[in-house]
Amino acid sequence: MVIESPPQNWSKTNTTAFFAGIAAAITMPFWMVIGAMIGFGSLVHAAGLELGIGVASTLGIWGLPGQVAMVELFVLGAPLLAIITTSSMANVRFLPMVIVMMPLFRGDPRAKRWRYLMAQIVSINIWSVTMSRCPDMPLQQRFPFFMGVSVICLLGGAIGTSAGFFLAGNMPAYVTLSLVFLNPAYFVFVFSSVRARNCIIAVIFGAMTGPVLHLLLPNWGVPLTGVLAGSVAFFTDRLWTRNREAAHD
Amino acid sequence: MTDPTPWLVLVLCIMATFVWRALGVGLATRIDPNGVLFQWFNCVAYAMLAGLITRILVFPVGTLAHSETVDRVAAMVIGFVIFFLTRRNVFTGTIAAFLLFLGLAYLRHSGRL
Repeated sequence: MVIESPPQNWSKTNTTAFFAGIAAAITMPFWMVIGAMIGFGSLVHAAGLELGIGVASTLGIWGLPGQVAMVELFVLGAPLLAIITTSSMANVRFLPMVIVMMPLFRGDPRAKRWRYLMAQIVSINIWSVTMSRCPDMPLQQRFPFFMGVSVICLLGGAIGTSAGFFLAGNMPAYVTLSLVFLNPAYFVFVFSSVRARNCIIAVIFGAMTGPVLHLLLPNWGVPLTGVLAGSVAFFTDRLWTRNREAAHD
Repeated sequence: MTDPTPWLVLVLCIMATFVWRALGVGLATRIDPNGVLFQWFNCVAYAMLAGLITRILVFPVGTLAHSETVDRVAAMVIGFVIFFLTRRNVFTGTIAAFLLFLGLAYLRHSGRL
């Protein structure tokens, strides 16, 4: 039997789930974001740009490859259109990420109202926590959980960028280097932990294709990797399922 | 006085990135999450992220480009060994890779490697 929860329980659920999100973010993603953005902050400093630009691009673009592309091309004096397209192309991944994430919140009116905000504040860190934790949660807990994770990660982004900016030159280069290494290293293990077969195949094909396509087409390498390696993974998975079903018949 | 140009570039870059995010929202409502197209996008998302992460580690740009490829690869290999030895623990794998990389970067910095 399903009992309708009274409003008090709803708000309790909200608070509990929000704090569960905060807790989930503080265990790992928060620190990973700080590490990554320390590197970005020092890059902003080295580029001679002001701190406000650094923090605003972390919170606004909210995707490191696009941020790095913007700062590096701007300093080189590249044409405006080249800066914008390169920075935007570096973050194409948000398109499939948002498509895959949004159905987790379907049926929650708050998520519907704030869907564009959610799409704006999602990052690879927030996305991977959401994708691994939210499917096991009741629907009404997912939105506050997502918000809890996001608030902490955004805070980490602002802290990391500022720290990197002020520590630039004062921190040994090998420490900055290691902190920048931290986030991609973390994601290698996060993506090595995916359970669904189609995701595992996609991760393996994507990892093999990414660097090769980047060498051939620097600006298009990553989006193309997604489409090519993703399609191969998709069809491999379907073929696998079909063969297994055929074997059972 | 603040130079307005970087702010203009930044706002345009934020908008250009938001286009992908907003497009994702628009398509998400039109795609059946139990359908074949959704499964394809799921594979594309994972492949794209895996491709990006390997690209960053193999051909880094920005700060990480100042490190040695062999250091990054060695740290990841040891990280993987620890990851599997600790029953696929993301935390221990990450920390092992980080500490080894830090050690190698320090040895290079102090000229002992």
